Amino acid sequence: MIHSLFLINHSGDIFLEKHWKSVIGRSVCDYFFEAKEKAVQPENVPPVLQTPHHYLISVYRDKLFFLSVVQTEVPPLFVIEFLHRVADTVQDYFGECSEGVIKDNVVTVYELLEEMLDNGFPLATESNVLKEMIRPPTILRSVVNTLTGGSNVGDTLPTGQLSSIPWRRAGVKYTNNEAYFDVIEEIDAILDKSGTTVFAEIQGVIEACVRLTGMPDLTLSFMNPRLLDDMSFHPCVRFKRWESERILSFIPPDGNFTLMTYHVSSQNVVALPVYVKQNISFLETGSCGRLDITIGPKQTMGKTVEGLTVTVHMPKTVLSANLTATQGNYTYNLATKVLVWDIGKLNPQKLPNLRGSLSLQAGAPRPEENPALDITLKIQQLAISGLKVSRLDMYGEKYKPFKGVKYLTKAGKFQVRT
Amino acid sequence: MDVGFSLRSEAVGAMRTAMVSAENLQLTLKPELSQEEQALTHSNRSPKETHKVGNEDLKEMLESNKESLKLEAMKRVVGLIAKGKNASELFPAVVKNVANKNIELKKLVYVYLVRYAEEQQDLALLSISTFQRALKDPNQFIRASALRVLSSIRVPIIVPIMMLAIKESAADMSPYVRKTSAHAIQKLYSLDPDQKEQLIEVIEKLLKDKSTLVAGSVVMAFEEVCPDRIDLIHKNYRKLCNLLVDVEEWGQVVIISMLTRYARTQFISPWKEGAMFDENNEKAFYDSDSEEKKDQMEAKTYIMDPDHRLLLRNTKPLLQSRNTAVVMSVAQLYWHLAPKHEVTIVTKSLVRLLRSHREVQYIVLQNIATMSIQRKGMFEPFMKSFYVRSTDSTHIKTLKLEILTNLANEANISTILREFQTYVKSQDKAFAAATIQAIGRCATNISEVTDTCLNGLVLLLSNRDETVVAESVVVIKKLLQTQPTQHSEIIKHMAKLFDNITVPMARASILWLMGEYCERVPKIAPDVLRKMAKTFTAEEDIVKLQIVNLAAKLYLTNSKQTKLLTQYILNLGKYDQNYDIRDRTRFIRQLIVPSEKSGALNKYARRILLAPKPAPVLESAFKDRDRYQLGTLSHSLNTKASGYQELSDWPAVAPDQSVRNVEVIEPVKEWAPLVGKAKQRKSDEKFYSDEEEEKEEEGSDSSGSEDSSSSSSSSESGSESEEESSEESEKTSSDSGKSSSGSEQESSSESESQQKKKKKTKKAPQKKSKPAAADSDSDENGNGPVAPASSSSADSSSASETDSEDDSDSDSPAVQKKKSDVKSKPKVEVKSKKEVSLLDLDDFSPAPTTKAPKSAVLSSSLLSDLEGLSLSNVSPAIQVTTPSFGPVKTYELLHHMTGKGLSAKYHFPRQPCLYQPSMVAVQVVLTNSSDHSLEEIHIGDRNPASLNLHCFNTIERLEPEASVTVSMGIDFSDSTQAANFQLCTKDDQFSVSIQPAVGELFMPITMTEQDFSKEQGKLLGMNETSETIAMATANTSSQAISKQVLSVANVGVVSSTQNNIHRFAGRTVSSGALVLVSLEMKESSSALLTINTEKSVMASMLLRDLKQALAQA
Repeated sequence: MIHSLFLINHSGDIFLEKHWKSVIGRSVCDYFFEAKEKAVQPENVPPVLQTPHHYLISVYRDKLFFLSVVQTEVPPLFVIEFLHRVADTVQDYFGECSEGVIKDNVVTVYELLEEMLDNGFPLATESNVLKEMIRPPTILRSVVNTLTGGSNVGDTLPTGQLSSIPWRRAGVKYTNNEAYFDVIEEIDAILDKSGTTVFAEIQGVIEACVRLTGMPDLTLSFMNPRLLDDMSFHPCVRFKRWESERILSFIPPDGNFTLMTYHVSSQNVVALPVYVKQNISFLETGSCGRLDITIGPKQTMGKTVEGLTVTVHMPKTVLSANLTATQGNYTYNLATKVLVWDIGKLNPQKLPNLRGSLSLQAGAPRPEENPALDITLKIQQLAISGLKVSRLDMYGEKYKPFKGVKYLTKAGKFQVRT
Repeated sequence: MDVGFSLRSEAVGAMRTAMVSAENLQLTLKPELSQEEQALTHSNRSPKETHKVGNEDLKEMLESNKESLKLEAMKRVVGLIAKGKNASELFPAVVKNVANKNIELKKLVYVYLVRYAEEQQDLALLSISTFQRALKDPNQFIRASALRVLSSIRVPIIVPIMMLAIKESAADMSPYVRKTSAHAIQKLYSLDPDQKEQLIEVIEKLLKDKSTLVAGSVVMAFEEVCPDRIDLIHKNYRKLCNLLVDVEEWGQVVIISMLTRYARTQFISPWKEGAMFDENNEKAFYDSDSEEKKDQMEAKTYIMDPDHRLLLRNTKPLLQSRNTAVVMSVAQLYWHLAPKHEVTIVTKSLVRLLRSHREVQYIVLQNIATMSIQRKGMFEPFMKSFYVRSTDSTHIKTLKLEILTNLANEANISTILREFQTYVKSQDKAFAAATIQAIGRCATNISEVTDTCLNGLVLLLSNRDETVVAESVVVIKKLLQTQPTQHSEIIKHMAKLFDNITVPMARASILWLMGEYCERVPKIAPDVLRKMAKTFTAEEDIVKLQIVNLAAKLYLTNSKQTKLLTQYILNLGKYDQNYDIRDRTRFIRQLIVPSEKSGALNKYARRILLAPKPAPVLESAFKDRDRYQLGTLSHSLNTKASGYQELSDWPAVAPDQSVRNVEVIEPVKEWAPLVGKAKQRKSDEKFYSDEEEEKEEEGSDSSGSEDSSSSSSSSESGSESEEESSEESEKTSSDSGKSSSGSEQESSSESESQQKKKKKTKKAPQKKSKPAAADSDSDENGNGPVAPASSSSADSSSASETDSEDDSDSDSPAVQKKKSDVKSKPKVEVKSKKEVSLLDLDDFSPAPTTKAPKSAVLSSSLLSDLEGLSLSNVSPAIQVTTPSFGPVKTYELLHHMTGKGLSAKYHFPRQPCLYQPSMVAVQVVLTNSSDHSLEEIHIGDRNPASLNLHCFNTIERLEPEASVTVSMGIDFSDSTQAANFQLCTKDDQFSVSIQPAVGELFMPITMTEQDFSKEQGKLLGMNETSETIAMATANTSSQAISKQVLSVANVGVVSSTQNNIHRFAGRTVSSGALVLVSLEMKESSSALLTINTEKSVMASMLLRDLKQALAQA
């Protein structure tokens, strides 16, 4: 299936290669570089490319290209999903996924890749299993290892690989037993010029952090499971139980994981937490434009809106922006033509406003379209759909764990057309 | 360089001293040193370093005897490999460390080996023995990793070793090792495709594995090695369906796509012929019961195969997987296999995937685009999910646009057009242009909005952006072509704008329109031509061509006004730089300008140039993508990728459904995974005679423990585990049953007289067993979970009862006669030849179970008689002798359930085959357990077709309850590959296969001890396979050993002067290769078992079988 993997940085250097079958020369990447050249933006590189003898499937993440070479028919999503899993694993191990980190830990990364695929077919991709085979580096361990010549390679077969629950390792022990669940909802919306909602929906995800001793069996139930329309589960969730009782029943992996993602049924009207009044105009003459943006609270359920930012991708002809913000700061990046207004907390009494003038390249035609505004925001302790966890129970173990549920609402792809 | 070098050697020196002193000093001092050391190693890694120097340095480190130095060196070597630098010259230094104890070091060496072994084949061979040793390690992890590396080393010379290792690992206790062996199959296949046949055998075996860990990997191997051997799937189909939910996610993808292909060949189409998809019956989807009923009512002729339904039902939960590849593969399965109205359930999940990474979106959108062409209704409710955001990347935007266009209909077109208006203004001009095309498509598809779209597009003509204008013109041109009647206004408008339009393509399009419809705009067209004549030389080629075109058309329609202009333009064109234009000019001139030379074409000029032209069809670029299976690479690229497997069309008539039947019809229970084939096989074994079971005990015990492990693996879902455990207990109960009867048997074989008695008593249970068989029959038909095991144990207990009471002497010859009476005429002659063995067979068959006339074992005393016989026969030469051991196990060839009343068992009589010396003799007992007589039983097609098989004569008629023994000869060519053939009756054909145990492929020979040693001396090295084995204490006597060995293999005993060494000799039947077995007893019930033969594959298989036999009492 997956023949080789090349890691390529932003500027087009191959800094790691791994082959699971026979070795394929680097020159195969030239086709990719050609496509990259053509695409201008790295995001626009087609994920699937065809070369005379190979097929290149790549993902672009964290400013890195993960480029895999395949020789025969294979579901492209299979490869893409796997490549993202590689990136996730690197992230999981080293805290971030970047060229520097990978170069610093090249041996560990290589060992990981060795374990993750056998003959191009995924072998162990479960974080719990991998961590038993190759321990993630900690400062303490790396010091000890250099002293003693010890290794970070586990010397036994991970129990998870063989046990009935491949995602959980055996013999987990904690002094503090705790299970935290974060219900995070994102609002995807498109508002048109006049402020009416073109499209809005809520996507949610439950992130869990479970540190429990032994083999706990958890059940999580919701007050209003009917809200949930479509969902995907971590493999640990017993699907039949959910089908029949709408209860999440599972033996959790150890550590952090995504328990489920869901989509809130589209029948419900989505409550948008903010409204935006904007006026961006470019004058026909004089190579300048005006910008005026005000943001106000709409349906915040009595909570404060935080972390509010507005991002505007200006037309290429906008040279500079001379603006004043009543709250927060703004920056205009001349190279990327991106205006970012960082507002922070939304104060309902005094609405934040950004206004001023934009100067355009002299002689250039007036931009056809006004730039769209991308909005990010956060509301703590609120799931905007109204979803509530009713209870969390644990079976199979004697102790009493510490339990916690946190809610958070964020703006996902929240776009205002102007 | 010099500086670098000295620096480095200094650094290395310093580091080494540091290391040494660190070793000497105690831990307290280490922290500072280690920092220093780290700093030093870091400086070593400076990018400036040259290979040569770096490698010298590494070599020294590798050859040092400090573990930590070696490790550090290996890490750097791996670093080099990762960067793609060449480190091959370190091979000798690295390979020495392959047997190192340090696991991390070992792993790194493995990494290195796998990378460079292909280049340094000779040196790589040095490491092989390490892996071979590790393959026998008690730790499954080490076995697996040894196999992984061994199979990854791409050195052709070790192919036989790999083959052996794979075969052994495929039978390993640990499912993890078996999984690894499935991966190794693919590696070996890519290294040496000639091994295909043998590998298929292993695959077939592994397919029967019921561990969820193995399933995905073996199906992957199947797909890679023999995707066309769909027959291997039949028996495993239901098991795979049921296991699917518990298989790891990557395996799920592979299995689902394989099953998609399988289902397309095995089931008939659920799509009603010509029936359109009813977009409004979505409600029914969630109620599977009513839907099924409805289905049946609507199409009375179509009833979905329960196996087809099973697949659909068992894949559905996987739509909720977090793995996008799994969701996609289920979606494509439904698309290709489900009844049309059920496909809709995948919509939501696909739309959910659009929230995932960009690359995932790209693939999913491509697939949705293809689906939405055929089935608008599926995605229409989710139309808004395909709205474009300005932050989407270009290829995502275009795909979304494509889908929106596909989804457009009368009801939603206004919404979509409003959305398109926004897109047209996009800063991304390529996207804006694509939107215009999309508008054009909407306009042609939906006649209500054609005018609106046209007007909108005309407005865009005054756009400032050239690409937008150009695209609009092109689209307008196409639209006008479809309905040219009433649009002269638009043409006029375009003519007016002509001066402002600079994009050549757009100008050319307008000119073409003018020419085509010049009769509708009779005043404007000549004027445009006039203007063009002025600028002709400055225009682009494409525009020039259209000017010439326009001129020609005007000349034909309106020659009065344009004659001169045309001639002027033709003259300009004549001297143009571009030869295309010169050609065109010349052609046009000849065509339109009448001259004395002009030919017949001139008359038709008008008809040629102004012929009505078909309107271009605006359609989706995804129109033809549905020829590829969704979700495949080929679909994504829209070209056939190498290795793409065409999805076959539905068969018109469903192939035989019964091929998927496993022995006992499993309870049709909705979610009951793990009631699989493998288990059925286990219970099958209980049909075997007691002796056989004794032998199998170890096997079934071990598999029992496996059972429990896999049962715990499935115990997450309650219902499964229950079933599992009940089966388990069933097994253990029957186990105990058989062991008791087994021990009885043992004691009975003590003396010959007793043996005789036994013979008689055994007869009784056999007779009795008939009605019992009928009983269990009805049970099975009644679909209940029959426990053949329990019935067999009950029978065996009844056997022991009769043992005590039924001491009457029913004469065995009489019984024999009865038997032979039943047998049909044509067989008589054959029978007479083997009367001796048959006598044994029939008399001995204890048949403690209901099903089979059972084989028996000779008592050890009788055996020793025979032994003596063969001893007395010692001849100077090596000679093939008669078998020193009677018939052994009986195997089932055809179960009476699958055979519709015809059942067949076979056994190996261990006699030289009458027909051809290279054939193995097989005796088949055919029994008719139906209530009507069967006619014309014969052998049909065989597979492989080259199979050398001697058939028995056709049996004209077999009465109910009668049975007949026939003999056949099969040339197995010294391989344990199964011989597949068809057993036919007048009405039916049944595919059956005979798989010989390796021991049956030999013929016994006698030879002297000297000859033995001499021959053994010739077969050393690669031809020798040996292992130290553990012996059960009961087996230490020479008689017991002979008995065990002879039960496994058809070999002859070689007399031995040494008490502690036992020798056996045989020849392979087909090729006559010598097989020498010697067993040297060591202290404390262990022994060295050595097998010398050229056939190393057979040797290892024989070794395994012998080892197993000798280890049990």
